[in-house]
Formats: sequence, C-alpha cells, structure tokens
Amino acid sequence: MNSDIVLAAKDGCRRSLARTLSALENNTLDIDDALSMLGETNTDSSQQSDWSIMAITGAPGVGKSCLVDKIISQWASQGKKIALLAVDPSSSRTGGALLGDRVRLSVVDDIILKEMVYVRSVATRKSSSSVPAVVSDMAKLLLALGWNKVVIETVGAGQSEVRCVAVADRIVVVEGPARGDGIQAEKAGLLELADAVIVNKSDIVGARKHADEIKESFELGEGQSPPVLLTCALNGDGCQFASDVLLNLQSTGRSSKARWRERLLSSLEQKILQNPHLDDTLSSLASGSIDLDEAIKNLNN
Amino acid sequence: MGAMIRVVVAKPGLDGHDRGAKVVARALRDAGHEVIYTGLRRTASQIVETVRDEDASFLGLSSLSGAHSHLFPKVCEELRKSGLNDVIVFGGGIIPKTDRQALFSCGIKAIFGPGTSTAEILNFIEVASEKDGIGVGESSDWYWQGV
Repeated sequence: MNSDIVLAAKDGCRRSLARTLSALENNTLDIDDALSMLGETNTDSSQQSDWSIMAITGAPGVGKSCLVDKIISQWASQGKKIALLAVDPSSSRTGGALLGDRVRLSVVDDIILKEMVYVRSVATRKSSSSVPAVVSDMAKLLLALGWNKVVIETVGAGQSEVRCVAVADRIVVVEGPARGDGIQAEKAGLLELADAVIVNKSDIVGARKHADEIKESFELGEGQSPPVLLTCALNGDGCQFASDVLLNLQSTGRSSKARWRERLLSSLEQKILQNPHLDDTLSSLASGSIDLDEAIKNLNN
Repeated sequence: MGAMIRVVVAKPGLDGHDRGAKVVARALRDAGHEVIYTGLRRTASQIVETVRDEDASFLGLSSLSGAHSHLFPKVCEELRKSGLNDVIVFGGGIIPKTDRQALFSCGIKAIFGPGTSTAEILNFIEVASEKDGIGVGESSDWYWQGV
C-alpha cells in the first residue's frame, strides 16, 4: 500500500483513514510498515498511567452500544478525538456479517461532535474470539494518526471471554440488572480482569442490588477493587459521572500476566488463520483422513 | 484472505418501513458479505459519511415513501461531492418504472422493486464488483437490466 494514503489519513482525510484500516484488515498493509511511514514505532501502551485503548465488553443486550454512545459524546465534547471500533460477529458458516452497532450511535449525527469521533464497524472474520487480533493493529494505527483514545466495543461476550485484555489497556465490563444471584458475581472469568464495572439499565429493578453484589465480591478478593458504577444509558442517568471515572481510570494491575497469555494465544490463532494450508487441512479433518495432531503438524510445517 | 465486499444498507428520509432493507441485509450477510445497516431516517450526508468511514464499496438505498426521486439523486450528488466516486449505488423499494430512467441517469446502477428475488440482488453484486468504472461518479452508463 502506498504511503500517500497513510499520510493523507494523518492529515485528516477520513476516506484515506478508512482505506488504511481496510488494508490492515485485508492483510495488504503491515502495521509495522504503516507505523514507520508515520515515523512511529510499535509500542505497548498498557503500562502507561494514562490509557490509550479501552475495551468495553459484556453480555449481548446489556446496552454496550448505547452506553458507549453516551460516554464518547462526553469525551468528544471535552475536546478529545475518539475512535470507536465496534466489533460484531462474522458467520462461521458463510463469512458474512451484519454490523449493526451504528444504529445505536447518535454521536455521529451531532453536527459538532462528529468531527471528533470516528466510528468503524469491524467483523470478527475468521477469528473465534470477541476481539480479532487485527483490532489491536487498527487501534495502534488510529493512535499514531492522532486520535487521542480508541474505544473497542467487543462482540457480546460470555463469562469467560477475556481476549479483550490482549488488545486493551483498560477493560470495562458492562452488566445488566438481575443477571443471576450473588454466586454469579463470585465466579471466575471476565469480572476478575475488569478495571471498572458498569451496571447499566439502572432504571430497572435489581440493578442496584446486582451492583452491590459485584462490589461485595470484589471486596472479598485481594488488591485494589475496581469502581462499580450504575448508569442508565437510555435516559443518561449516571453517564456523566461514569465518563469522568472512565477517562481517568487506572489499571487495577490484576491482568498483566493474563494480558500476555491472551496476546500469545491471539497471535498464535492469527498465525493459524493466515496459514495458506488452513483450508486444505480443514477439508482433510472434515473428511476424516487426518486427525488433530497431524493437522497441527501440517500447519507447523 | 481477499478483500471483503462491504455494503452499506441505508434508509434515507422519513420512512419507517425497513423490512425490505433487513431482508436484503440478511441476504447479503448470508452470501458472505459484510453489511453495515444505518437504521431508519438518515439524511443524505449521514449516509455518505457512513459509506466513507466504513470504506464500503456498495451502497444500497431503500425507500418506500415515494420520495426516491428527491432522495436518491441527493445521496449520489453528495457522494460525488465527497470524492466517493467509485462507490456503486443500487436502490430498492416502491419505485415506479416511469421514475427509474432518471435514477439510472444520476448514477444508480440497479433498482429492485417488489417481488425481486434476493438471488438477483446477489447476482447484481457479483456482476457489478467485476466491472470497472461503474461507480456513482464514474463515466460508465451501464446499469442492471435484470437477468
């Protein structure tokens, strides 16, 4: 890919920005090359006290998109340039995807704020996780192009979907009211890695109780407890406060080893998915002519 | 992994009927394309900004309100103004045959009315993506005339 497009993206050309991100997605541009065109190098932002990349995750339907809309509107109106990567799943059968997060975003319609916000829908493509590895490259590029903060909205994720720690400096878990009893909050998984938890839909009965259960659960554990906040993205209650807390959110520091484990798994998965023999190997597996151990050997060769 | 076809499916203007747009979006998804749905009641400039930011190569416009002869050309004009000349635009909805020629002249490459099979729309996408120079701001006067 031509460096003119990358440099035009740096100068604020939205179309060039969109094209550059597509090139990363389609594997026609390497992140290290793109960064060197911009005179930057590939660095790890997760150790900095001021975060650059935040993942917003949680179960489907808890209100992630609406909440993200409210929060990035606040940040944009404070003069921050915000890029949102909204991830939705691709079909594992056909490879197609319906990307519908934009339907819930009103910030892109605001005549003033829209200049401060870039929204891009991302399909998981062949990746099995809620955040494909390429999202990490897209986020790094956006930062190098002058966007202040990158927010990643993951696919609606289950209890153990922790891949987002591989790409983000801070993890925010969004919960809804009445999502199980106190035992749910005690279970291992996503909540353990959260740097903040937001219980959304606070207008519905059970939200406050659920927030209290999560707080109690954190207090039983060791180390610094992450903030637990209540919001109602529908009417805006608590959103101003939540956006202030999230903007200055510190890492709880509980996830650094988990972060590297997920990065390792994520890059291994990407290597397998980019392997030219993948399709043949899958066909052989499906027809029963080889077993899994042989398949792994084939892909390693 | 080759380049995916990304399609924006949009509902311009004051029109609340999106069953058709959803059926098309679903068919495109099932054919392996990435579809970005805008939701209802978008202005021409909101649609153009979405196409630009999402780097879509196709834009599908749906209108059942009768305002297509005003809204579709407006979207095409804004696409050209924003330099999105290579985007391929198609339309659908309740669009009388007598209105269609004017829409083709303003750069729309296919109009799908009631009763169109989703297979025909997918066929159009396949054929159109192989052709050069049929974007909304490009010179070709080719348009889809059915199968």
